[in-house]
Amino acid sequence: MLQSSYEPQSKDLWVFIETKNGKARNVGLELLNPGRRLAAIQGGKTVGLVIGYNCDEAVKEAFAYGADKVIVMDNEVYDHYSTDAYTAAIVHAVEKNCPYSMLMGASPLGRDLGPRVAGRLKTGLTADCTSLDIDEETGRIAWTRPAFGGNLMATILCPFTFPQLGTCRPGVNKKLEPDFSRTGEIEKDDYAFPADQIRIKVLETIAEEGEKVDLEGAEIIVSGGRGLGGPEGFVTTIKPLADALGGVVGSSRAAVDAGWIAHSHQVGQTGKTVGPKLYVACGISGAIQHLAGMGSSDFIVCINKDPEAPIFGVADLGVIGNLYDVCPALTKLILADKD
Amino acid sequence: MNILVCIKQVPDTTIIKIDPETNRLMREGVPAIVSPFDAYALEAAARIKDQDKDTRIYILTMGPPQAIDALRECLSVGGDKAFLVSDRVCGGADTLATGYTLACAKEKIEESEGIKFDMIMFGKQAIDGDTAQVGPQTAEDLDLPQVTYGWEVWPNGEGKVKVKKELEDGFEWLEMNTPCVVTITKPDYEPRFPTIKSKMAARKAEIPVLSAADCNIDPERAGLKGSPTKVKKSFTPPRKEGGLRIKEETPEESAKKLYDLLRDKGII
Repeated sequence: MLQSSYEPQSKDLWVFIETKNGKARNVGLELLNPGRRLAAIQGGKTVGLVIGYNCDEAVKEAFAYGADKVIVMDNEVYDHYSTDAYTAAIVHAVEKNCPYSMLMGASPLGRDLGPRVAGRLKTGLTADCTSLDIDEETGRIAWTRPAFGGNLMATILCPFTFPQLGTCRPGVNKKLEPDFSRTGEIEKDDYAFPADQIRIKVLETIAEEGEKVDLEGAEIIVSGGRGLGGPEGFVTTIKPLADALGGVVGSSRAAVDAGWIAHSHQVGQTGKTVGPKLYVACGISGAIQHLAGMGSSDFIVCINKDPEAPIFGVADLGVIGNLYDVCPALTKLILADKD
Repeated sequence: MNILVCIKQVPDTTIIKIDPETNRLMREGVPAIVSPFDAYALEAAARIKDQDKDTRIYILTMGPPQAIDALRECLSVGGDKAFLVSDRVCGGADTLATGYTLACAKEKIEESEGIKFDMIMFGKQAIDGDTAQVGPQTAEDLDLPQVTYGWEVWPNGEGKVKVKKELEDGFEWLEMNTPCVVTITKPDYEPRFPTIKSKMAARKAEIPVLSAADCNIDPERAGLKGSPTKVKKSFTPPRKEGGLRIKEETPEESAKKLYDLLRDKGII
């Protein structure tokens, strides 16, 4: 018989605010946007759950981007993420405060942590949601997400247990306009997981070589795919266009699998999910799995020789042509205007 | 080392059929493959075995009867013995119920084989559900430490393993005591191919099919009954026609038209 360990006393919606070096990461701040919308409909507060070390900055950001209240767990044991400490911390806070629901970012950290929390609380977690609503029948949250690489959409409910949990990928939601004068109730929770009970030891950290690729934070992305025909296309054509636009270089899975560019550039179901202002897909056919990664982009442009390519179905503007002719011409126009 | 690799047989994602009554996928009749990340997990285990012949790799899946084909495939690329948990009681399980079921099956296998698993491995996510939840939830059910987004795993002295974990901006090597759980993402190496000999052996292998009762599974915690998430509805995403198409006489003209439109809309 499915049942929770508690009955919520309010319809408060929590947003887990992931932190790094005391600052809030975007994915949590983005979730305050749908969080506020849902909490308003249900008559609850939007509560940011900040976990980290020396995270006064993150607390300020949580209020600025929409939290009504912040619960903060600030302790050295939470400085470096560990499954054991963070799972215990969230479960402790949840069992103490009995929230109705909680949103978490589907960052790698969130995907490590979310299922553990849901498992320990024996409640339902719905991953990678692309839209969130209230189910009329039950009043609970209706979590809509893609499955089968985007071939199928499913709307999921967590009808019997609390908290209702869901994750959204970075970039799927947009942060609200911040108001740094906002503040509210801050509740400090001193629970500190014993550091000697953390079951993982870090042996070595290897920083990524070369430029860091921040696709999730990018406003503009120019991606290359199989149509490039080889790795040089990224250097001769894609990067110059990305640079001219002030954007980041992305890639389809095909180009990564072919070894033409590093996996860190991959956009798609098994790569990164992005939601830039502008996404330019060059020589990318638009397989469902790629669309699953960039479908939330505000404006999509594609350049492809093949007018039947599925990418044209999602593009706001689709250019039928050879990317090796169109992209350089476009780059030239952008640079000429800058001068 | 005794390693349990949990796999999932997934439908070919380009062909889908849905049961209108339960809103669950009808898996019969759709071409099936071993979920790719699970194949990477098996390859990581097989590499440990390449270096230490005393390693035994067990393959486990929860699924309908045809999942046995996926198990045979795994036996042909490094698996030593495979088990299928298949029972109506387990049908329609969400990730929590699946994690519980696999945890029970793991304990049953340990008991019947007279062994203890040092490590349980999963693919990062199955490419049909894409939740990446079953690995961690099985680990939680068994109260084991976990590392997710692993590229490689190796024994690291008595009772320990080290895992190369992919971070957003690099890697870290992490160490855990066994028993433990590792989920594997796409590494920089490819899974091996079967040989004719290994395929033949796999074809002949005996694969025990465990029922829920065999595994002491509480029917209230398995399958649809044990699933805190329920599918309210499934639908195919609306077909998009796309916006404006541009095809001028020359690519330069197309580029100019694109550029002008983007500027007009204030996008650049």
